[in-house]
Amino acid sequence: MEDLSGILKNHPFMKDLDENYLKQLTGCASNVVYPEDEVMFKEGDKAEKFYLIRSGKVALEINGRDKGNLRILTVGPGQILGWSWIVSPYKWHFEAHALEEVRAIALDGECLRNKCEDDPKLGYEMLKRFSHILEQRLQSTRMQLLDVFKRV
Amino acid sequence: MTDNKSAIKIADPMIPETVKVKKIFWETEDVFTMELVHEGDERKEFRFKPGQFNMLYAFGVGESAISISSDSSKKTSLLHTIHKVGYVTNELSKLKRGDILGLRGPFGTSWPLEDAKGKDICIIVGGIGLAPLRPAIYHILKHRKHYGKITLYYGARTPRDILYTVELETWKKKYDIQLEVTVDRADSSWRGHIGVVTALMNYVKLLPEKTRAMVCGPEIMMKYAVDELIKHGMDEKEIFVSLERNMKCALGFCGHCQYGPSFVCKDGPVFSFSKVTDIFEIKEL
Repeated sequence: MEDLSGILKNHPFMKDLDENYLKQLTGCASNVVYPEDEVMFKEGDKAEKFYLIRSGKVALEINGRDKGNLRILTVGPGQILGWSWIVSPYKWHFEAHALEEVRAIALDGECLRNKCEDDPKLGYEMLKRFSHILEQRLQSTRMQLLDVFKRV
Repeated sequence: MTDNKSAIKIADPMIPETVKVKKIFWETEDVFTMELVHEGDERKEFRFKPGQFNMLYAFGVGESAISISSDSSKKTSLLHTIHKVGYVTNELSKLKRGDILGLRGPFGTSWPLEDAKGKDICIIVGGIGLAPLRPAIYHILKHRKHYGKITLYYGARTPRDILYTVELETWKKKYDIQLEVTVDRADSSWRGHIGVVTALMNYVKLLPEKTRAMVCGPEIMMKYAVDELIKHGMDEKEIFVSLERNMKCALGFCGHCQYGPSFVCKDGPVFSFSKVTDIFEIKEL
C-alpha cells in the first residue's frame, strides 16, 4: 500500500519538492475521505487544514444572502482545496461540499505554519506554490466576472 | 471577342440563393437552430467543409455570417445554430417553418481534419463556439478509428446555456470521447464543474507531441486556452482557432473583416495559431 509520503510526492502540487520538505509535510498530513454531499467546511469556521484532492469533486459555495447559496468553483483531482490556513485570521471564506465521494490528503494548517516559521525556506516554498494557486484563482474569477458568454 | 457558346456560366457569389426553413427550434433562451433546405427542390444538395460559414440574408434587414453546424455528410439540409444578438439574427429568429431566406456560401477555411489523422484531438470551445466545431466533431466520430484520444472541453455561462445537451451525452456514452463541461455559475442543483474552461485541462493528460487542438469561442477565452495549450507543451502550428470579424462580402473584397495581413472571410475563419500569433493579442485588430 502506498504510504502518505508517496501519495504526497505524486500530487501535482508537490512536484519537484525537496525530499526533506516532503518528509516535514508528511508529519502534518493525514488521509481523509468525505462521502458524497458531506459539508467539508463552512464559511467563517476556523481554517485548520488544506486538502490535496486525490479523487472526487468539491464545490465551493458563497452565501449570497438574498440570492441564496451560489456555487462559484469546483476543484477536483490534482488540485488544492483551501488557502485560508496560510492567511490570518485563518477562517474559511466559502463553504465546501463534496459533490462525489472525495479522497484527499489533509494537511494540518497550524502544524505546517509552525514548520514554516522554523524553516523560512520551507515557508517561502509554500508561499510560492500557494501564490501560484491564488494567481490562477484570481485570473479565473476575473474571467468569470467578464461574463464572456453573456446573453444580450 | 466573347464566345457566348463556350462561356462558362459562373454563379455570382454576391447573389444569394433562396432557401426554406424546414425546422426551427430553440436550444437555449437565446440560441436557436434552423434547418434549411433548397427552395423548390428539397433533394438538391449543399456542400461544405466543417468550419465554413454561410451568409444568411434576412430579407429587408441584412446579412450575417453564420457558421454551419450540421454534419457535412448529410447533404440535403443544413443546420445553423444562431445566437440572437443583433438585428439580423433577431429577424432570423422570427422565421417559421416554410419561410424563405437568402443564403450565400459556403465561405472560408475549414478545420484541418484530414492531416490530423493518427493524432489525438483536443477541442476547446466556449458558448456558441461549439456550433462551428460540431461538424468537425461529427466528422471525427464518423471516422473514429482514424483518430487517437478525443477530448472536448466545453465552457458555458450557466447549465441552462449548454448547447446540444442530448447530443453531448450521446457522444460521451456511445463514442470513446472524454467530455468535460464547465459553467461560469450555477446553483446547488448543478453537479458538474464550475469555473473557466481552461481549468478543465488539469483533469486530462495531454500528449503535446501527438495532439492537434481546435479552439473556438470568445477571443479572450481563446487567448487563455491557447496559453494553456502552449503551457502544456503544444506547438503553435498544431493549434487552430476560429476567428470572428465583421464579415460583409465574404469574398475578401470589401475589407471589413481585415485582420492584419489577412481577411477573416477568405483566409479564415479557421487559422493556424502560428499564422496569427503576432497579432492575436492586438486588441485594435
